[in-house]
Amino acid sequence: MTHIPLAAWIEGIGFLAPGLPNWPVTRAVLRGEQPFTAAASVLPAPTILPPAESRRASRIVKLTLAVGLEAATQAEADAGTLATVFSSSGADGYNCHALCEQLATDDRQISPTRFHNSVHNAAAGYWGIATKSMAPCQVLCAYDASFGAGLLDALAQVVVDRQPTLLIAYDSEYPEPLHSQRDIPDCGGAALLLMPEKTTRSLAHITVTRTERPADVLADSGMESLRQKIPALRCLPLLQKLARGESGEVCLDYLSSMQLLVEIR
Amino acid sequence: MTPLLITSYTATTCLGQGLDALLAGLREGRSGLAPCAFETTMLDTWIGEVATVDAQKLPEMLARYDCRNNRLALLGLEADGFAERVRETIARYGKSRVGIFLGTSTAGILQTELAYRRRDLATGALPGDFNYRTTHNTFSLGEFAREYFGLEGPAVVISTACSSSAKVFAAAARQLACGTIDAALVGGVDSLCLTTLYGFASLQLTSATPCRPYDAARNGISVGEGAAFALLERAPEIPEPGALLLLGSGESSDAYHMSSPHPEGLGARLAMEAALRSAGLTPGDIDYLNLHGTATPANDAAEGKAVAALFGDRVACSSTKGATGHTLGAAGAIEAVICTLALANDLLPGSPHTETLDPGIPLQYLLHARPGKLRRALSNSFGFGGSNCSLVLGIAQ
Repeated sequence: MTHIPLAAWIEGIGFLAPGLPNWPVTRAVLRGEQPFTAAASVLPAPTILPPAESRRASRIVKLTLAVGLEAATQAEADAGTLATVFSSSGADGYNCHALCEQLATDDRQISPTRFHNSVHNAAAGYWGIATKSMAPCQVLCAYDASFGAGLLDALAQVVVDRQPTLLIAYDSEYPEPLHSQRDIPDCGGAALLLMPEKTTRSLAHITVTRTERPADVLADSGMESLRQKIPALRCLPLLQKLARGESGEVCLDYLSSMQLLVEIR
Repeated sequence: MTPLLITSYTATTCLGQGLDALLAGLREGRSGLAPCAFETTMLDTWIGEVATVDAQKLPEMLARYDCRNNRLALLGLEADGFAERVRETIARYGKSRVGIFLGTSTAGILQTELAYRRRDLATGALPGDFNYRTTHNTFSLGEFAREYFGLEGPAVVISTACSSSAKVFAAAARQLACGTIDAALVGGVDSLCLTTLYGFASLQLTSATPCRPYDAARNGISVGEGAAFALLERAPEIPEPGALLLLGSGESSDAYHMSSPHPEGLGARLAMEAALRSAGLTPGDIDYLNLHGTATPANDAAEGKAVAALFGDRVACSSTKGATGHTLGAAGAIEAVICTLALANDLLPGSPHTETLDPGIPLQYLLHARPGKLRRALSNSFGFGGSNCSLVLGIAQ
């Protein structure tokens, strides 16, 4: 039987979460160089979009453009050429709430823009328009296991199709009343640019296998809370190792009875 | 890609539950579309509703997953003995070696739409019986299937609007190629809901008549619902004659607009070219094209340009959405199954409701089904957000 290890070189990292505006700050916190301070997520206006569209952009569009472009820029990659994997446990929560609210009234004439923004791949669609990328674009969901599911597909694209692949894992909050059912507190996301070959910009090499051992947790309670409450941030134990320049193994949360063991070197 | 065996497959649409109903409908050129009377909708349009969804009960242990989408999923899984084939496959490889790759656009959003009508007047809270995770969330479909079969391997739901369940074949093929799994349960399920019916109406993309793909007078889609599944496994070097195969897949993005296709069909063409490349084939190797063919003026014009540029008018083609309706996130899997049925039964499907072909689209478009020997078929699926996927399927000689 064929067996190709799920492995890649990481060449760029993007990150944005509550209290963590970008990867350099997050790296410093993960290295213990500065404390984690809880704060609301700050979503930058995407400069890649024309001013009018930049102002209209939803929170998930701002989030995915911020982390995706941060990773691509770090690697000096042309975002318009990269295959992408978007992984999220939900889509645009405010848009979804507005649609459901209106459909529960007698006036069901919903806005066409609201409708096309309701698709799970809305952020991916705007990414394509913004970066002019015609490359393959995957958009998936596995509830709390969405980061792991995205990592598995992105690595498979790297090793099977031998193409640079940008993984963008992200989540956003729902307003009430859905927030009581799904209490993601705020926007958070991470992006990894994965390459099939080592280059001068390579940060680390990862190999992923399945394991039944429990997922690693973070010592800092504030950071651990982010890992637990925002599914996209289940990658934090991996990012901590990368921030510290450490090799070795780390176990990431995925599905019941199946976790992901990441070997870093 | 290395060809994969399609060891079992099934589909449930408005033509009926299972393959016999679908095959008979395709042979006879029947349409399952009817005027929309779904739930409390007041829309002048036609839909492809699966008649028996409401009667489908979920096992008591899995009652928390109860919603229209998961009922339709179960109705589809239990057709043609497919669920039994899945259990046999799990017995052969082990419950951690069979992966789940399913597509949907709206999952069980209908459950949330209904719950919003029952909010607490004082607090605005949703009713206590509403369960977001097991009905509304996109992954509810994948988690339901994983629980239903007691699987412990990888599971994912792909949601790229109307290309969702074509892309599951590509994602599963990658994991099979890596050896992380030995078999894949792939498929798509999408069920009627107010979001899509009123949403497509808001974009003026629904037709007041049954949809007429590639007709000169086409004026919109007929929303449908359905479920289709297949089992994929690695193929021996020389598959037995008659074995059904996934030969290739190709994915691309339009990078153009959220709800309109690239006017020249550029993304569509890139997906078809990538699928042919993946299969190691040229346009001349394809005997039948199942078009995305939604029957909107823009989709069919753009897809028609891309197909004509790549295949000329040499290849027989049709959209089967006049028969099934546009089943959105389930369309990719349903139409892959239609191609598989066509290959297995020497059938070239036609296009019910299409009468006068658009003279501006120079394709060899089939209005009526006819018998014909085919070896390879290509299926197109394109979605909102400019997400495109083409699949190549074949039958071993």
